[in-house]
Amino acid sequence: MSEAPLLEVSSLVKTYRSPGVGPFARKNARPALAGVSFSIEQGRSFGIVGESGSGKSTLARIALALDRPDSGVVRLQGRSLFDLPRRELRATRAHMQMIFQDPYGSLDPRQRVETIVAEPLAALGGVSRAERQGRVGASLEAVGLRASDASKHPHEFSGGQRQRIAIARALITRPRLVVADEPVSALDVSVQAQTLNLMSDLEREAGVTFLLISHDLAVVAHICETTAVMYRGRIVEIGETAAMFANPAHPYTRELVDATPRLDRPTHAPLAPLKQDPSGWSRHREERSDVAIQGAAGRPTTPGLLRFARNVELGLIRQGHVPDEGDDTADGCPYVARCAFARPRCREEAPVLETKGGGGRKVACHFPLD
Amino acid sequence: MLLDVSELAVDVATRRGFQRVVDRTSFSIAAGESLGMVGESGSGKTMTALALMGLTPEGARVSGSIRFEGRELVGLEEDAMRQLRGDRIAMIFQEPMTALNPLRRVGAQVAEPLMLHRALSKREALARAVQLLEHVRLAEPERAARSYPFALSGGERQRAMIAMAIGCSPRLVIADEPTTALDVTVQARILALIDGLRSESKMAIVLVSHDLAVIAGHCDRVIVMYAGVIMESGPVEAVLRAPRNPYTLALLEARPRPGAPRGARLKTIPGAAPVAQGDSERCAFAGRCALTLDICRNVTPPEVAFGASHISRCHRAGEVGLAP
Amino acid sequence: MTVSARFRPQGGLSLWLGAVLVAALIAAALLSLIWTPYPPTAIDIPHKLAPPSAAHWFGTDNLGRDVASQILVGSRVSILVGVIAVGIGLAFGIVLGLIAAFSKGLVEDGLMKLSDFVFAFPALLLAIMLTSTFGPGVVNAIIAIGIYNVPIIAKLTRATANGVLSREYALAARAAGRGPLAIAIDHVLPNIAPALIVQATIQFAIAILAEAALSYLGLGAQPPETSWGKMLADAQNVLYNAPRLALYPGIAIALSVLGLNLLGDGLRDALDPKLRARS
Repeated sequence: MSEAPLLEVSSLVKTYRSPGVGPFARKNARPALAGVSFSIEQGRSFGIVGESGSGKSTLARIALALDRPDSGVVRLQGRSLFDLPRRELRATRAHMQMIFQDPYGSLDPRQRVETIVAEPLAALGGVSRAERQGRVGASLEAVGLRASDASKHPHEFSGGQRQRIAIARALITRPRLVVADEPVSALDVSVQAQTLNLMSDLEREAGVTFLLISHDLAVVAHICETTAVMYRGRIVEIGETAAMFANPAHPYTRELVDATPRLDRPTHAPLAPLKQDPSGWSRHREERSDVAIQGAAGRPTTPGLLRFARNVELGLIRQGHVPDEGDDTADGCPYVARCAFARPRCREEAPVLETKGGGGRKVACHFPLD
Repeated sequence: MLLDVSELAVDVATRRGFQRVVDRTSFSIAAGESLGMVGESGSGKTMTALALMGLTPEGARVSGSIRFEGRELVGLEEDAMRQLRGDRIAMIFQEPMTALNPLRRVGAQVAEPLMLHRALSKREALARAVQLLEHVRLAEPERAARSYPFALSGGERQRAMIAMAIGCSPRLVIADEPTTALDVTVQARILALIDGLRSESKMAIVLVSHDLAVIAGHCDRVIVMYAGVIMESGPVEAVLRAPRNPYTLALLEARPRPGAPRGARLKTIPGAAPVAQGDSERCAFAGRCALTLDICRNVTPPEVAFGASHISRCHRAGEVGLAP
Repeated sequence: MTVSARFRPQGGLSLWLGAVLVAALIAAALLSLIWTPYPPTAIDIPHKLAPPSAAHWFGTDNLGRDVASQILVGSRVSILVGVIAVGIGLAFGIVLGLIAAFSKGLVEDGLMKLSDFVFAFPALLLAIMLTSTFGPGVVNAIIAIGIYNVPIIAKLTRATANGVLSREYALAARAAGRGPLAIAIDHVLPNIAPALIVQATIQFAIAILAEAALSYLGLGAQPPETSWGKMLADAQNVLYNAPRLALYPGIAIALSVLGLNLLGDGLRDALDPKLRARS
């Protein structure tokens, strides 16, 4: 398809400055985004996975032009959003909408559902009352609620239903792109399932493409064809979701996959007591192991946990507290402080996102895993 | 048995009178055992945990029996309960930022139970606190002890809270969603830490979580709660690998499976979760359950045993099976 | 974690009691428009300083004027002062507060510093300065008190508006394409209204007290106008002969202020969405 990608993001940089005290204080610049680029094709939902501090929420806001980056371009269907005059930008918002994490905070408690769902229409203008009512009703029904729910207030609905109202609001202008920032994190498991089913349906029937941001790999894998893994403001790996999670190339992706609790582990093995100072067997003298290896009589756990535990025990995975701002090595890889496989080059030279192997996979690592 | 809970019921005060939140649950924990409590919001799992600590909200009514080390806790005077708290029974909360006093240094807070229950002097307690912080794998424990909570990351604060909880070597630790607010990699380490601490000190743990996978990986036994009632309980492998209760099965099937085709339909539970029924004679899950029969709406289901203390409260327990 | 609802009977009591007292105040003011036992300015020297009787329910003052009538008329002044002064405060304060909250940056800082500046003057000092400059009288007193209200409302508006703007639904409105004016009208104002209403009742009470103080100092109501504050000032001259003449206006002021404060407390509870019954 020679069509322009639905969303194209190039070299986004955004730094937040926390004010230092006094004229000589270091400005504590935290790069929320340190050069992020990717593109989303129409019809192929895209996931962004990352933990706190990865910059994924900042990315969501900038992608929707709710925040300006320090540098970089965001193009929606070929048009650069930050170059548009204000009025045109507002009109363009009809094509891109957002769902937020908190179903309780994202709806104005004092408004009726009808007003809430119709808000994007109010921004567009030129919609008659009757048409508005009709579209609100249709949108509500599309998400599994009733048209009669339009006259109620948010507090009359459960968390899952409120999230549906938020989705109905996002759909009313028939956008091509919907950015969903942790849309199901605050929901119970059974409600999560309903919402995920709804999102899959909307993808198929309403032609919506999602940019789904989450810390939950399973949720992202359920909806998104392609996923980018972010760490401290950079994309470290990007590729086809299922293949990437099955065979991660970047050590951080592997850490995420291994750390995600899974139901399909044969049994819980009794763990041996914590080891003390591992100076004998670890490269990193200060390392301590959180995870003990199972005792001799222990039955095996999943390969993932076993590998993880072994690596920690061997000191290959460092104490995992996220280094604070001062530790940002300006030149090297951002993951070097936590990486099990760090080598001198990683401290000196920041890796670039490059294609690795086939299948559209890209990794930012000097020594990607096989 | 370290802890024996029998017919525990908790009613909370609302504008419309009392609302039953925990409905006559019974379970027990042996020394050194790890029990998982899983359920969705409104299932009563958190209130059960609070009841064990005697920390139910003001105006709540607790009835039934909680025997800890042979001693009855329901109705115990507050002074006696306070002596137990932090000493024999400790609790770890979900949100470490709000559970730790933001205006006091971390070391002082970790030292507090030691001064209270072990009559240590301030200096001795602080020194022990630093040792504890090191034991929970905090980098630079002395610096952490001198810091205020806001200076630590989420994972570090949770470790500090764990240090505070284990200071007096409690026999029972209740962890209420201890890792829900943390990143998944930090969660893995904290859970592993808790496992390690448990195995070296033989303390029992109650792990409350909404995440079945977390329970599967870190608990010996599990209780599945719904609308204040225990629907199923038993050894983790039995309950989660071969559930005998439709609700447990529904929870398992609702989660996206790793490796499943993208966009595969997830099995959902129609309707919404009710609050506890109180005295009515019916199964709490009737109507939403795929196997509902008339009897489910009219008769409280009995506890059906499936060997090795695996119990399911269901009229059709024998017919429940994992879909192929 | 679940939060159980707590019974708050006191909230209802405050509201009820406050409403009753405020209603009495309003009723007195309305009544005074159409009827008073005697013309409040009717001087009757032979019957001056008379004790309460069937003819004069509260007695007469040092010029023979009927005290009950004066109390009724005074209530009118109090309400007028409260409504207009608070009205000025709300009108200008809300606008300035919203401008501050939406503009952020230097504009916000500048406006708040300006508010602090006005705020720094003791209310009374400000009122005295203004009435000395522009002349005494109820109208000028009202304007002075009104000016004092503006920074209070502005700061409250800015703080609560910022609270609303930091909520996700405000971000959702921006994402939907709404402009700042639309967001202010549709989202901010309805959500900050409860805090403003409560503050307004408190400012009302303060206005009444301020007017009484000004009149006491001779800067408020000028003869033949009368107000509760002026009654207090006049009563001072005959305090040894007839202390009751200070009691009547004093109690009237106290009850009005109490009623408004209770109403404010009660409204705060009544308008709190967390305590409202879910349908």
